[in-house]
Amino acid sequence: MPTLLEMQSITKTFPGVRALDEVSLKVEEGEIHALVGENGAGKSTLMKVLSGVYPHGTYEGEILYDGEALALNGISDSEKRGIIIIHQELALVPLLSIAENLFLGNERATGGVIQWQETFRRTEELLRKVGLKESPATKVERLGVGKQQLVEIAKALSKEVRLLILDEPTAALSESDSQALLDLILELKAQGVTSIIISHKLNEIRRIADTITVIRDGSSVSTLDARTGGITEDRIVRDMVGRDMSARYPDRERRAGETIFEVKNWNVFHPEHAERQVIHDVSFNVRAGEVVGIAGLMGSGRTELAMSIFGRSWGQNISGEVFVRGQPADTSKVARAIDAGLAYVTEDRKELGLVLEDTIRQNITLANLPAVSRTGILSSGEETNVAERYKRAMNIRTPTVFQKVMNLSGGNQQKVVLSKWLFASPEVLILDEPTRGIDVGAKFEIYGIINDLSKQGKGVVMISSEMPELLGMCDRIYVMNEGEFVGELSADEASQERIMSLIVTD
Amino acid sequence: MTDTLTGQDTAAAQPQKSIGSYLASHMREYGLLFALIAIMVFFQIVTGGTLLRPINITNLFLQNSYIIIMALGMLIVIVGGNIDLSVGSVMGFIGALAAVMMVNWGWSVPVASLACLFCGVLIGAAQGYWVAYWKIPSFIVTLAGMLVFRGASLWLLEGQSVGPFAREFQLLSTGFVPDIFGIGRPNGTALAVGVIAVILIFYFGLRTRAQNRKYGIEDEPVGLFYVRNAIIAGALFFVLYKLATFRGLPNVLITMGILTLIYAFITERTTIGRRIYALGGNAKAAKLSGIATERLTFLTFVNMGFLAALAGLIYAARLNTATPKAGFALELDVIAAVFIGGASMSGGVGKIIGAVVGAFIMGVMNNGMSIMGIGIDYQQVIKGLVLLAAVIFDVYNKQKQA
Repeated sequence: MPTLLEMQSITKTFPGVRALDEVSLKVEEGEIHALVGENGAGKSTLMKVLSGVYPHGTYEGEILYDGEALALNGISDSEKRGIIIIHQELALVPLLSIAENLFLGNERATGGVIQWQETFRRTEELLRKVGLKESPATKVERLGVGKQQLVEIAKALSKEVRLLILDEPTAALSESDSQALLDLILELKAQGVTSIIISHKLNEIRRIADTITVIRDGSSVSTLDARTGGITEDRIVRDMVGRDMSARYPDRERRAGETIFEVKNWNVFHPEHAERQVIHDVSFNVRAGEVVGIAGLMGSGRTELAMSIFGRSWGQNISGEVFVRGQPADTSKVARAIDAGLAYVTEDRKELGLVLEDTIRQNITLANLPAVSRTGILSSGEETNVAERYKRAMNIRTPTVFQKVMNLSGGNQQKVVLSKWLFASPEVLILDEPTRGIDVGAKFEIYGIINDLSKQGKGVVMISSEMPELLGMCDRIYVMNEGEFVGELSADEASQERIMSLIVTD
Repeated sequence: MTDTLTGQDTAAAQPQKSIGSYLASHMREYGLLFALIAIMVFFQIVTGGTLLRPINITNLFLQNSYIIIMALGMLIVIVGGNIDLSVGSVMGFIGALAAVMMVNWGWSVPVASLACLFCGVLIGAAQGYWVAYWKIPSFIVTLAGMLVFRGASLWLLEGQSVGPFAREFQLLSTGFVPDIFGIGRPNGTALAVGVIAVILIFYFGLRTRAQNRKYGIEDEPVGLFYVRNAIIAGALFFVLYKLATFRGLPNVLITMGILTLIYAFITERTTIGRRIYALGGNAKAAKLSGIATERLTFLTFVNMGFLAALAGLIYAARLNTATPKAGFALELDVIAAVFIGGASMSGGVGKIIGAVVGAFIMGVMNNGMSIMGIGIDYQQVIKGLVLLAAVIFDVYNKQKQA
């Protein structure tokens, strides 16, 4: 097959940092090319060079596209040539309709007056192509993340795409939505669209990629041909982290003590639609030193369950009982839930977990300021000590704890959030997608932290969409579907198949 | 964002940064101070030395005291992620209320003053309630408040000016601290305060440095530390000396100085201050960290109401009369001072000292341009452009860092 894109020895430096060091990437026409690497390895930077976010001249090296040298001055330049990038954070306007979003900036119009019929007709065509059965007039905010992702792809198709770049397209998707999306990418390939896909999910990559390029620390370390087979996930992981990762889940001595956390008959109604019951009569318990998983599809109510327990931060008309160490606990306000010994590490660390403008130190002490103050007056030294302690214990990679957290990578941000909650010294931690969007190395460290917690006799509730992670980490797994617990499996009984079958046969 | 790690490692390898690079990375704080000094030097020259004459310095404080006092509260409201458009009207209303109580009803000064401050607290609470617990945008609630209290002052004063006040009430604004050493001129108290202030600046500066070193916190280069503090201490002593050669320390300067210290301490060193910054920086994260965000928002408005009331008393005492037009459009000066001082519109960022310096920048420009005889028309245009320039400078700095 002819080569569509060749990036030769791309070097991109920021003041003091060499983000890309002679990276080369060769993509053949009509293939699906996976780009993998840890967070901070330089994947996104490379794609920004390719899409013109960093214009020609701000980097060294050569880009050949379709045999010609490419000198881009901006995104509109690259789009003109059919290079379309879909970012991890979706760029849709929630209050506009699908049709309006698809042709935003590219409206079907004559003399500035929008041709609605034409717009809707084209939208229907595009939606058919991506297999989305929605009316073009539907507002985007009414769609789930999976469907929004499809709208993004339809938008790319509306621009005569030749090279589609997807940055972690399935990170926020449920298992079934992910499958649908991957099928669509394969379908597009059959129609001749070339794709570059950035992902952390190796099983997905193995399923669809023709070629895999691994980037580590700003250099391309290997290009693997996945068509011949024989490329194992371990091999990819080894290239990514530069060492053997024989065990992806650190070992833990499994021993469960007495029950320290129990929720009985928990019912929650939707905050806006009072008649909609979102959580139905859920009961569960956690023993000291136990890691308990909650499995379920996106939208099954896991986050809503956790947030409604933690200070009634979600929903209304909540009923049920919570016990900590056998005593009824008042969790009706976040502060009370913390006092009762609970901690909740949110799914969305940027939106709900961190004050990005503030320093690492300020974020770590936020949930337990009284511990670093006397009569309401902060002790700057004490606070710094605490932050330094967690920086070391958690291996937060930063020169000082006075760094703003917005400057940290995802994995390090997550460690800051965990530090914050550990400093509040809880009995029970609810971790909602604790490893979402972070790289393999940092994941392993987070698993280690979870194991430490269990060793200290804390109870851990782990919510995750990645089943292998639950299977690798948990002593027990509850399966949730449509707001109900539909099953409970011990570590020995649990498998991906059993969990899925519990969900689908419900 | 994901590529910063390597960058930080190189930064860590060379902790001894040059003065130049330190200045560059702390451009905002130093820039503000230098801007104030530059503006003062400029007007000192173009007004032929009038700006820094003792009587004019005294006037500068009297003219700007109420703006600075309200800027303290406004900074906290803005850091908390809100805004208060009603402060000018509330200030005018409280002045009117004070006049009616003292002049028309013959209430004694302390009783009427306390009643007015309490009324300010109630006004703040009434507005804060809707913002905090009903989540109505503060812009709208306080816009309504601005109209309501503008009208209420008119109604209260029946469209007339009411005055004059009792002598003891006027002292709140126009009084001076007597010379405790009995020297008279130069005023001993002012000089003593000047000496003590200089000692305290260096004492606390050095103490903080020592603590920072102990905990390994990056600090400004030692040369810069002495130069900066020498400038601040020198300027402070210079101003106090000038005041001493006139009538000494104005009472409002004491009120203003103490309030500034208290609020700087609250915002930087207390848990409640820290929580307000977290609330403005990310309200959802703050709430999920157990912070009572509603109550905190409510309290920022209560505090604002209190300070607006205090400013109202001081303003009325200075003019010795309450007029229906008092405080008109003053909220804009207060808000401008806070933004010139480096606060962020989106909340979570800003410092008390910045707001105070911002207010002085506005005040010196007002005063200097008036001395020069520049018309009110040009003054407005120039002040507007300075506000815009300050914010552009902020945004530019931020983009350069990113």
